[in-house]
Amino acid sequence: MIDPVPAAERPSAQICVRDLTMAYGDFVVMRDLGFGVNRGDVFVIMGGSGCGKSTLMRHLLGMVEPARGEIFYDGVSFTRAPLEDREAFLRRFGVLFQGGALWSSMTLSENIALSLEEYTELDSSEIRAVASLKLALVGLRGFEDYYPAEISGGMRKRAGLARAMALDPEILFIDEPSAGLDPISSHLLDELIIELKESLGTTFVVVTHELPSIFAIATNSIFLDTNTRTATAVGNPAELRDHSEDPAVRTFLRRGE
Amino acid sequence: MPDGIAMKAQASSGPDGARVSLERAGDALVVGLAGTWQLRAHLPGTTAVEAALDAPPPPTGVRYDATAIGGWDSSVLTFLQGVEDACDERSIPVDRGGLPSGVRRLVDLARAVPEREGARVAESKVPFLARAGALGYRAWDGAVSEVRFLGEATLAFGRFLRGSASYRRSDLRLLIQQAGADALGIVSIVAILFGLILAFVGAVQLERFGAAIYVADLVAVGMVRDMAAFMTAIVVAGRSGAAYAAQLGTMKVTEEIDALRTTGISPMEFLVVPRIAALVLMMPLLTIYADFMGILGGFIVGTGLLEITPTAYIQQTTASLNMTHFIPGVIKGTVYGLLVAVAGCKQGMEAGSSASAVGDAATRAVVNGVIAIIVACGIAQVISWVFGI
Repeated sequence: MIDPVPAAERPSAQICVRDLTMAYGDFVVMRDLGFGVNRGDVFVIMGGSGCGKSTLMRHLLGMVEPARGEIFYDGVSFTRAPLEDREAFLRRFGVLFQGGALWSSMTLSENIALSLEEYTELDSSEIRAVASLKLALVGLRGFEDYYPAEISGGMRKRAGLARAMALDPEILFIDEPSAGLDPISSHLLDELIIELKESLGTTFVVVTHELPSIFAIATNSIFLDTNTRTATAVGNPAELRDHSEDPAVRTFLRRGE
Repeated sequence: MPDGIAMKAQASSGPDGARVSLERAGDALVVGLAGTWQLRAHLPGTTAVEAALDAPPPPTGVRYDATAIGGWDSSVLTFLQGVEDACDERSIPVDRGGLPSGVRRLVDLARAVPEREGARVAESKVPFLARAGALGYRAWDGAVSEVRFLGEATLAFGRFLRGSASYRRSDLRLLIQQAGADALGIVSIVAILFGLILAFVGAVQLERFGAAIYVADLVAVGMVRDMAAFMTAIVVAGRSGAAYAAQLGTMKVTEEIDALRTTGISPMEFLVVPRIAALVLMMPLLTIYADFMGILGGFIVGTGLLEITPTAYIQQTTASLNMTHFIPGVIKGTVYGLLVAVAGCKQGMEAGSSASAVGDAATRAVVNGVIAIIVACGIAQVISWVFGI
């Protein structure tokens, strides 16, 4: 195995981040981040606009290399894994990007089918059946042959979620689920997340600053503070709102009141 | 100026426009605001206020007197923001008590958060050496990224040839159609016209020697060896090169490329290699097609205007051509296709994340593509000269 960390020191959480410092060149975005995410958690990365929430997610996905520190998945170092082994990690992840990021030249069904074609032995009719099922799960039954440009923003987001779930990932990353959605669609998406967590046992890592959404879905969270450039709180958001010692965290979770 | 003497200055714009008066009341400076303040009219500047603040002895405080103010909008706020910035610079306290309550609340709001240090881009003049150095670094970074892109593309192309690359065959078919069949119309027009031009240019000279029949040789050899490949490549750079940069650039903006990466699919294999393959496969065919179209152009001039019989023209053409003309032409076409595809895909993959960045990428794709074609053409001429082909 590639992991040089002795078994005794291996982190037990599904996702474990140690001493992570994120920087673009000389500009430090966040420093000394450390947290763990357990299996079945809905872990919310929260904080004000532009504090580095999405950057943290890009680090967790290996799209940006950390300036310092290490990220572990199931005790295995992701940061130190050679690039050719990263693919095995990525196959266990699903990602929903902010705008859905559906491949615009493919139909919804083809969007979902791509990773199935790539990583499974299923034949084309089976793949189509799986794709239809995933679309049905997010409430898009019958939309298989639509192109992303032909459906609304909220539907695109749900289709993006269906694509992210294509391979039944262990961890689903979601960037700003409520961005650009009306309150009802956003609420429906939250319910979908809770449903999937409970039925499939998927771990969620969600980047958001929408308070209703945070209190509805989160079991655990991290608060990134723009002023100190580090995480000032880790824990259940409802508890942090009532008991956090940091006034900035309480203010954020009480919407400035 | 001795203490106690009132100092008066006025700035106004129009009869009922915004007016500012400055008066010393003891140690304090009173800024009087009068008239109607509207954004449509000119704003009074803060130069007079700054002069009054600097006049010795410096005032110990600033007050406002707005009893004579008429209507106001954000123009008054803009002016006050300037005044208060000037006071802050000189650490002179300001008393906002004399302002109408609406204005006071808005000024309080505007000045609640101090200006973020270093957030404003300083317009300093960069010395020549620093600029030259930065240029050098950029050129080096550019060269490194060029090599990296070529390396990654080559590796992905190797996997494509071995059949282990992940891409969609339907995408490749569509790209081949777009790069090849869809380009036939414009390539026909350009090649026929170029054949016509070559024939006319040649005829003017050759007719003087009564050697008009050699127009057929000129057009055939000229088109087949060089010009067909060259003109086709320029057309393809404008069509496919720009399209590739715009397609990939847009996919980058909408995070579609990130989505591919996180799915574990290499964008190089999935997007770049099929595009390069499509152009490399289609350019030789387009070149051969352009050969025929160019010769057709020459044929029209030769038989229509120079009174050469069709049979004689065709015989002369076939006699003049051989494989040493044909093969280098096709090879050049293939190389140009590769250059255009690489330039287009590279600019697309490296595009920034805004609408104008996609436009820039498309422009650079065409410019770089055309430059690469011309440089390659020059190198090819030297090579064939040296080896006497």
